[in-house]
Amino acid sequence: MDINHYLILSALLFATGAVGVIFKRNVISLLLCIEIMLNAANLSFIAFSRFLGQVHGQIFVFFVMVVAAAEAAVGLAIAIVLFRNRETLSVDDADLMKW
Amino acid sequence: MTDFLWLIPLFPLAGSAVNGLFGRRLPKSAITLIACGAAALSFLLSCSIFLSLLSLPPQQRHIIQSYFTWIESGDFVARAEFLLDPLSAVMLLVVTGVGFVIHIYSIGYMHSENGYYRFFCYMNLFLFSMLILVLSANFLLMFVGWEGVGLCSYLLIGYYFERKSAGDAGKKAFIVNRIGDVGFVLGILLVFVTFRNIDFGHVFQSIASDPADFPVEAGVGILTAIALLLFVGATGKSAQIPLYVWLPDAMEGPTPVSALIHAATMVTAGVYMVVRCSPIFSRAPIALEVVAVVGIATAFLAATIGLAQRDIKRVLAYSTVSQLGYMFVGAGVGAFAAGIFHLMTHAFFKALLFLGAGSVIHAMSGEQDMTRMGGLRRHTPITFLTMATAALAISGIPPLAGFFSKDEILWRAWSGGHSALWLIGLATAGLTAFYMFRLVFLTFYGSERFSEDVRRHLHESPRSMTIPLVVLMILSVVGGFVGLPPWLGVTNQFEHFLEPSLALAVQSHPAAQSHSTEVLLAGLSVLVALTGIYAAYRIYVARPGAAQALAARMQGLYRLVFHKYYVDEMYDAVLVNPAVGGSREVLWKAVDVGIVDGAVNGVGSLMRSAARLLKGLQNGLVRSYASWILLGAVAVILYLTLAHN
Repeated sequence: MDINHYLILSALLFATGAVGVIFKRNVISLLLCIEIMLNAANLSFIAFSRFLGQVHGQIFVFFVMVVAAAEAAVGLAIAIVLFRNRETLSVDDADLMKW
Repeated sequence: MTDFLWLIPLFPLAGSAVNGLFGRRLPKSAITLIACGAAALSFLLSCSIFLSLLSLPPQQRHIIQSYFTWIESGDFVARAEFLLDPLSAVMLLVVTGVGFVIHIYSIGYMHSENGYYRFFCYMNLFLFSMLILVLSANFLLMFVGWEGVGLCSYLLIGYYFERKSAGDAGKKAFIVNRIGDVGFVLGILLVFVTFRNIDFGHVFQSIASDPADFPVEAGVGILTAIALLLFVGATGKSAQIPLYVWLPDAMEGPTPVSALIHAATMVTAGVYMVVRCSPIFSRAPIALEVVAVVGIATAFLAATIGLAQRDIKRVLAYSTVSQLGYMFVGAGVGAFAAGIFHLMTHAFFKALLFLGAGSVIHAMSGEQDMTRMGGLRRHTPITFLTMATAALAISGIPPLAGFFSKDEILWRAWSGGHSALWLIGLATAGLTAFYMFRLVFLTFYGSERFSEDVRRHLHESPRSMTIPLVVLMILSVVGGFVGLPPWLGVTNQFEHFLEPSLALAVQSHPAAQSHSTEVLLAGLSVLVALTGIYAAYRIYVARPGAAQALAARMQGLYRLVFHKYYVDEMYDAVLVNPAVGGSREVLWKAVDVGIVDGAVNGVGSLMRSAARLLKGLQNGLVRSYASWILLGAVAVILYLTLAHN
């Protein structure tokens, strides 16, 4: 299989995630979209790793997965706290940190 | 013994440091002991050093002690160096001796004042600064002492700083002195530019050894310029026209301070400096002329102002200005030794007069207006006796100290061919006798013009105040005997002693005139002084009310003199108000508000309006931030792909 197929799939996934981050309001959806973007990047890493016959890309993927796990933990914790305080999951309602 | 020269200024400095740093926690007795002890040690050491200087042959009476190099920069070298010669030795004795007596007096005078430790800290510092000034062997170290006395005078004049007038007087003294200091600094710079050195010894040596390079200048040459600039400094410190205005206001300080400023320290600095620089001045006849004319003008003007003042201390203040004028006349006619002689005797009787005035004020529960005194001689006999002696001394009645020194100056003015100076000087002597005895008669004679309250508190001052008075009275009586004039058949010891320190180039030759003229002139000046005293007696004692009648008859003149020729008002109108008004209207309201504040606020508001445009970006919405990040990432990628293909 050509590497381009992987890269196109990865780009599509990334774009989906990015659009989701911009247009979704629900915190949980936002976190899921970020997860999609991270995995899109992971897909590219694996593809290149395989294509170039080097192991670096796979090592990067492990790191990304660890970071993603941590991010999910923190993100969900924030989501819970947000809901407790505001009774909402919409990120547009959490806009106090501005000028 | 002379090896311990450095200890003389060190004692007062140490006393000042201890009292200044720890005085708040020390008991009064300890403060007194430290301050007066420091002054006493310094005085005793000065005495023994003076004696060991006397034991040397005259040619060797020039001791320089170098301690360390203070500033070194290229050609310019300033060393911390003390110079002991007859001139500085005499000044040492006057400064420490009179200073010590005033310290003792202050114990009694200041006993119930707040900030007792602060007072003695400043007094010791004052003594220290003056000793540095007197001992320094170069111009720059002298300037350190010069500024030191300026600072201490500011601190002490403003001692009662809760009172606005005292604070103002302190500031006035400081600012007026600053004007003179500019001249002094410029003079020092010119000395350095001319001689590439600022040591007295070196400068005077090169003037003396190079008559070709430094001749007696007919016109205005470099030495005249130096001399005139130095004299500007002297007019500030020694209260001569046009910078004398600070001295009468300096009466706001406690009375011992007035005594210290007027007698031992501060105002004598200018005279000392001119005499110290006599090698420069003696090569600059025009500068000497200026010194003499300014001196005599100040002497006469201040004496006339003194005629009409009511405040006992103010009369004495103008009298000091007037007497300082005499000293400058002495220096100006080339009789430098006579100037220093008068400085010394004046230190005795002026300190006595001020301390006596302090004793009177003390007895009168703080009253200073002589029109509300009178008849005090029955209540304060010691003060009366001592002050009357001092008044006789300053009036020039033989054989008291003032007679010899004042007469020496007048004689030198006459014999040097300055008959106009002599005549005005003689008239001033008459005025001096008149206003001094006006003070004595108003204070100690006549009816008692004070309230019952004051009478109940009326008392002679304590021992610590009267003993200094008596000591100074003895000095005022015998102080003149060190410089007996040649017509008494003796050599003038004082002048002879000072000779090695002074330049003799343009000194007049009294030998050329016969002694009979001198005796005649001396008799004349005694006659004038007696006339002054008699006039004061007639007006203020014999016929009460005569003074008011006289003042009414010559109302215009009286008012002019009473208001001190409106000099303060004139300075206010010409200098102070334009400066204040200009500062307020132009510098404050235009420059400061418009330009300085405008620039600061302008930068601020520029930033704010710029920020107003951009602050919309930080709207707190996570999704908008994400959009911007994405946009940025896309832009970077676009740039990289487009730029590299």
